[in-house]
Amino acid sequence: MPEHLSALDLVLTGDPALFAIVRLSIAVSFSAVLLAAVLGVPLGAAIALSSFPGRDAAIVMLNAMMGLPPVVIGLVVYLALSHSGPLGAWGLLFTPQAMVIAQTILVTPIIAALARQTIEDLWLEYRDELTAMEVGPMRRIATLVWDARFSLITALLAGFGRAAAEVGAVIIVGGNIDGFTRTMTTAIALETSKGDLPLAIGLGLVLIAIVVAVNALAWALRRAAERLAG
Amino acid sequence: MIRFDDVTVAAGSVTLLDRLSLAIEPGPPTVLIGPNGAGKTTLLRLAMGLLAPTAGSVTRTDERRAIVFQRPTMLRRSAAANIRYASAGSDRTRELLALVGLEHAADRPARRLSAGEQQRLALARALARDPTILFLDEPTASLDPGSTKAVEDVIRTVSERGIKIVMSTHDLGEARRLAGEVVLLHRARLVETGFAPSFFDAPRTEEARRFIAGELLV
Amino acid sequence: MIRRLLLALAFLGFVLPAAAQQGSIVVASTTSTQDSGLFGYLLPLFKGHSGIDVKVVAVGTGQALDIGRRGDADVVFVHAKSEEEKFIAEGGGVKRFAVMYNDFVLIGPRSDPAGIGKSRDIVEALRTIKARAQPFISRGDRSGTHIAELKLWKQAGIDIEHDKGPWYKSIGQGMGAALNTASASEAYVLSDRGTWLSFKNKGDLAIAVQGDKRLFNQYGVMLVNPAKHPYVKKAQGQQFIDWLISREGQKAIANYKINGQQLFFPNAGDPSA
Repeated sequence: MPEHLSALDLVLTGDPALFAIVRLSIAVSFSAVLLAAVLGVPLGAAIALSSFPGRDAAIVMLNAMMGLPPVVIGLVVYLALSHSGPLGAWGLLFTPQAMVIAQTILVTPIIAALARQTIEDLWLEYRDELTAMEVGPMRRIATLVWDARFSLITALLAGFGRAAAEVGAVIIVGGNIDGFTRTMTTAIALETSKGDLPLAIGLGLVLIAIVVAVNALAWALRRAAERLAG
Repeated sequence: MIRFDDVTVAAGSVTLLDRLSLAIEPGPPTVLIGPNGAGKTTLLRLAMGLLAPTAGSVTRTDERRAIVFQRPTMLRRSAAANIRYASAGSDRTRELLALVGLEHAADRPARRLSAGEQQRLALARALARDPTILFLDEPTASLDPGSTKAVEDVIRTVSERGIKIVMSTHDLGEARRLAGEVVLLHRARLVETGFAPSFFDAPRTEEARRFIAGELLV
Repeated sequence: MIRRLLLALAFLGFVLPAAAQQGSIVVASTTSTQDSGLFGYLLPLFKGHSGIDVKVVAVGTGQALDIGRRGDADVVFVHAKSEEEKFIAEGGGVKRFAVMYNDFVLIGPRSDPAGIGKSRDIVEALRTIKARAQPFISRGDRSGTHIAELKLWKQAGIDIEHDKGPWYKSIGQGMGAALNTASASEAYVLSDRGTWLSFKNKGDLAIAVQGDKRLFNQYGVMLVNPAKHPYVKKAQGQQFIDWLISREGQKAIANYKINGQQLFFPNAGDPSA
């Protein structure tokens, strides 16, 4: 990025490097949230509907994993994807895919834990009706997930916020490579280390604006859909 | 259709049903009456198979069962989708909506319907299961007179089509209007059972007499 | 659900750049080469010459060598000769090539609270800082600069591990973070000249000591050992190294300037470097 420019200039002039960074940030975090939803929602639903010994412990663990430190996840994924690690043959270290994997691991417990709570609450409401209708376990999960979809969007947004805001995991597994694995947060870390605090703050404001915009969009969609489906 | 032999249901130290024996046969509606807490809901849930007896046995001949709870839960979908969801076989959504007078509300979110409409939708949804026996727990509690009449009309129609109705009510007038057979429960025990006219005109027990007179409150 | 998963994977494939890019190598290097803007200048030139994309992972020297040891980079480009020689001796790299040098500078508050004066003697300056317990920020991250700093304390006859007090703060972070911390706490800090020149948050900081030959800062480059790590892109990696030490590459390094000031001095021909 040209050094004499402020973040505002970069936004106003549609700086292609900044645009690429924004695009990558959104693509990585969005992909991670999508994968985490595919994994976490059914997991949360399964825990919500099942009873097994140690279920309380599993729920406590799941809730605790919402606070997993990104840097630890980053380190574990780094060691796994390293050429000297078990998944080294995939050749994914220092790629956007590696960042998606790390963020998926970061976000899945958040989505699973929030989905578990949401679906369990709905299950208490629906249990008698679904039991009386003799609905089987798979269809139960599908029904609860579908009917809780508006609340689950909030869980996905929580996951997106966490993914988009974290720097610890992506900087380790992505390597903050210019034009390839540089995201908003790693760019902010870099500009801070270069002492360009105004640009770092400016990029931070751009990031906040993106997160707010995504949330506003989701809110509007939810409102519109709720009006239709109740 | 269903036989209860010496059935006891207990939850912890509380006895919900105490050594109850009863046979429910095809025919006009069987109406469970009795003060709050007498065991009406427990008996319906037991009959539906949602509860297992603590002691005694429940025997059923082959039948398809459906239930409308006292406060039915609508799925977060349209009225029509609620019926379609419960459908056992062929799609009779339009016919059932017409039966309960909700054709106009087919595409509206079920949870936005009034209490009376939701009660009728729940009836239609239960009927979509194509039951041979239908349990209704206080189907008109908390409804206004207009909605009550609409629901009672549907119950009558359904019953005339040969679906066995087993329902509870605390409304003696409703019991008189709908019942073929009356079952009086009091404090977890079956007190008296009989055909409606003779039950109301010549109760055999002191509890029944006091209940009809409105003096049996708990 | 399977359909959703496939959709997600398709999405990943669509939006993200391909993982295994042909004609690209990973270079583990130091923050000083990246933050000073040198790579931003050199890499497009190299790409024009060879068509090879160079992806730089900029970390401390210690971590860069570790990335090389694990086989996660093709080339390591760092500045701590003793560590580099150890890396080669262990078989982590094939051969070390000297590329360029610049120098370290001691940075401190303009008001000179330690009273170093106009001295060019870095060892004397460190003794003064210690004697007057003036705040000093250490990288503390096994980077080239950190290793150089430890060597200088030793030359000053100070066992810093043993003699450090509350005035000596080891922050375990990169050069920029160390300069930011020094700027905020009016402390002394050792920096490479390139990072210092391009650093934007200088505040009240200025160069306190420079020009001592003990502040010499040599950069070396090595191909990660392909015999140990079959994933290493031997040909392209070596091509990058060959270009750096070629006349063209050396000239490019000399041409990189900030505000007219040359940051790095090519010395690939110097056998003792």
